[in-house]
Amino acid sequence: MSTTATTVGLSPKRGIWGGGNEPLKASYGKLMMWFFLLSDIFTFAAFLIAYAAIRVSYPGYAGPADGFVGSNEYWPVPDLVFDAFPFFHGMHLPLVFVTLMTFILIMSSITMVLAVEAGHRNDRNDVVKWLLWTILGGATFLGCQAWEWSHFIHGTDGGSVITYVNKMGQVVTETVFGANLMVNEYGPAAFAQLFFFITGFHGFHVTIGVFLLFLAFYQAAVGVYERRGHYEMVEKIGLYWHFVDLVWVFVFTFFYLI
Amino acid sequence: MASQENKLVVIPRDEAKIKKLWKTAGILFVLTSIELVFAFTLPRGIFLYLLFIALTIWKAKYIMMDFMHLGEEAKPLFYSIVVPLIFLLWFVIAMIREGSDIFMVRW
Repeated sequence: MSTTATTVGLSPKRGIWGGGNEPLKASYGKLMMWFFLLSDIFTFAAFLIAYAAIRVSYPGYAGPADGFVGSNEYWPVPDLVFDAFPFFHGMHLPLVFVTLMTFILIMSSITMVLAVEAGHRNDRNDVVKWLLWTILGGATFLGCQAWEWSHFIHGTDGGSVITYVNKMGQVVTETVFGANLMVNEYGPAAFAQLFFFITGFHGFHVTIGVFLLFLAFYQAAVGVYERRGHYEMVEKIGLYWHFVDLVWVFVFTFFYLI
Repeated sequence: MASQENKLVVIPRDEAKIKKLWKTAGILFVLTSIELVFAFTLPRGIFLYLLFIALTIWKAKYIMMDFMHLGEEAKPLFYSIVVPLIFLLWFVIAMIREGSDIFMVRW
């Protein structure tokens, strides 16, 4: 009767019904991090699929690239909207800045995985070093995103003439600069709304990630994990951080490329 | 786990393993650059979009398998994370269909 149960990881003292078994061979914390990430995948997927659904409900911009004018009648081409770069005012540098942001995040991902690897080896100095680099990468990414948002909100020099319903419920036609949740110079109102919610929700995750990384950095530096006997916390925070990178890979494709 | 001693033994670096991680990062850089090149050289359309999606899922595979070590987890854990993602397939099909119907009504 008990022969079939041996395939499950049994705790030596209590048997299969006594608790303390780990059939998934992962600790509770790591398991819950994975399931949290799964639920978070669904949240971000819902955001991006909503973007897709709203986007296909508008005609796309089909005119020439150099004659692009924003309008709420059609969906803009992202590389004609996101073409600015700090200190290169007025130049058309499509997607250069977001690609830089992507590279920064991939870079912070590799330093994170090196910290996790150092944690497996109980190497405190390496963990602290790589976590510090990861925090730096995360903070740089957030700074870039702040600039990106600031540029998106303030808009271009020329703006676009948009006809829309204003706060008072009147239909007005005026030159709109930048973007807010009601109207924007780039495309339909939903374009800016989705931009704020998708990149904002991702940026919020990055912010939480930087806080968690700092916590792990501090605790590793003062030797909490060394006393605890393992660096599993670094691994769990690492999972979260890689997830943030994973989401950005999808945001980059679906928001900026397509 | 056996002993609760204060000083942990530091295991020396496994350079081959570290090199493999850097290689994965290199692949991610290259795939992102390829996407960027495609964005400006290929005409916009369903073919380009499918290409982007394929490259993105390829990148996601590298991140989940090499960085998050999902492949090294127990099989039941692996499948309990990956299999629920199948639901997203229907979600995508349903919502894009919905969006194109709204397009037909509106324009």
